[in-house]
Amino acid sequence: MLSDTVIALLAKGTWETVYMTFLSGFFGFVLGLPVGILLFLTRKGQLLENVAYHRGLSILVNIFRAIPFIILIVWMIPFTRILAGTSIGVNAALVPLSVGAAPFIARLVENSLIEVPHGLIETARALGASPLQIIRKVLLPEALPSLINNATITLITLVGYSAMGGAVGAGGLGQVGYQYGYIGYDIVIMNTVLILLVLLVFFIQFMGDRLSKRFDHR
Amino acid sequence: MIEIRNISKTFHQKKQSFKALDKVSLTIDKGDIVGIIGFSGAGKSTLIRTVNLLERPDEGQIIINGKDFTQLSSKQLAEERKKIGMIFQHFNLLSSRTVFDNVALPLELDHTSKDEINRKVNELLKIVGLEDKANDYPKSLSGGQKQRVAIARALANDPHLLLCDEATSALDPATTQSILQLLRNINQRLGITILLITHEMEVIKAVCNHVAVIDKGKLLTKGTLSEIISDKENPIIRQFINSDIMTLPQEFISRLQKEPKEGLFPLVEIELNENISVEQILSTLYNQYKIPYKLLKADVEYFGDSNFGKLLLQLQGETEENQQAIYYFNQNKIQNTVKGYA
Repeated sequence: MLSDTVIALLAKGTWETVYMTFLSGFFGFVLGLPVGILLFLTRKGQLLENVAYHRGLSILVNIFRAIPFIILIVWMIPFTRILAGTSIGVNAALVPLSVGAAPFIARLVENSLIEVPHGLIETARALGASPLQIIRKVLLPEALPSLINNATITLITLVGYSAMGGAVGAGGLGQVGYQYGYIGYDIVIMNTVLILLVLLVFFIQFMGDRLSKRFDHR
Repeated sequence: MIEIRNISKTFHQKKQSFKALDKVSLTIDKGDIVGIIGFSGAGKSTLIRTVNLLERPDEGQIIINGKDFTQLSSKQLAEERKKIGMIFQHFNLLSSRTVFDNVALPLELDHTSKDEINRKVNELLKIVGLEDKANDYPKSLSGGQKQRVAIARALANDPHLLLCDEATSALDPATTQSILQLLRNINQRLGITILLITHEMEVIKAVCNHVAVIDKGKLLTKGTLSEIISDKENPIIRQFINSDIMTLPQEFISRLQKEPKEGLFPLVEIELNENISVEQILSTLYNQYKIPYKLLKADVEYFGDSNFGKLLLQLQGETEENQQAIYYFNQNKIQNTVKGYA
């Protein structure tokens, strides 16, 4: 039913989507995790309580979260060119994907950390732990199951984002679906792309649930 | 030696302010076990938290071994905190770590070597009797076991002081006693000073040498255990000693009548005081007034040569005789209430 060329096309698209999703997820966390931790620590009643700092950071995060992703891609093109050398292809797409995911991740991280019982932070302080030790030894390990759940949500969101990016030249299953399905009106390819995307999302959710459970001793 | 000097703390909440501590001073000798008792909201939790500056007082000083804690930098304070163990009502164990790793946490914070951690943690788990639980997660432990792990963790840095913030309030009476026993043991074997706060007189009586009573942010009185307990004038102390509510036996509740009636006998709850002993009351009733009675419940405690507590009696004499008995109670200033007739 599907010719070898189509299969090769879909395989390449799937790989590109997986590549973009996970790599931008990774970079998103590199950017978003520290911001999320800072958002949490500067909250009222927390270790580094600082209302001005928290509000400033919060506004910045909200601005980036408010920009629709498809516009963010276009808006960021000059910056993407500087960083990736081009604005087309999977590597170029990593830039807006990571930047788009980061504020989202920051908020999720903040929420995960809020769930950690305050008594544990208190206990760590009573033990003479420094703020950095509290983050490394108490906050992050205790929030890990919840952080994994949030990483799952992020990755699934990124599957969607990367498909959107496909429409403007990012590659991946999104581009295949857009070009062959929407422009070429090939129903078979369009539906296959959809099925592949659904399978990918199911797979990420399944693995995320398992991992989260594995680390959950609450 | 620990000196709490003139500590005050006010909490501000949306235009309302609440004075949790009002010029509290307390001195604790090395190796002593001191209990602070008070009702909820009395400020006792705030007080114990100011000792290691988890709560920074608005005024006053905390002086431990000659150092004024309120003047230390945050780094110096962290170092001093390592020498003060603390346990909490809800244990506060890390759910992500095994029992072993929970106890190891303070040592890790101090960059202790792996071998040393191994040696030390195993030794501590032996002290609290949990060697066989080393690789379990806190989730699978009972409340008493969790508190034992927390105690082991608090002892990891060889503290000179152990702060217990309502450490037994979430435990059942039997477990409470075993934890208190452990604390006493630790105090005797390791010479660690213990400061504990509680709302239960039982806890104070079980372990403390010295007691302070706190109410509405003020330290009302302090002294040795027997001094405090025999201070009958103090209404707060009296409430703590007589705080147990006498519940009626189940079989009486169903047939209890509010009004006196032919063939029903009154149920009287009396509160013992130091002036008259239980034996004297009961023998007066039986021998002098010749009133038969049924002793339904008794909760008597002796401090020195006086007794406190409550009795629940059913007076089974004639109506006039029972009246006489109540007259006798009143004359001797024995508080009494008729609970009903059965």
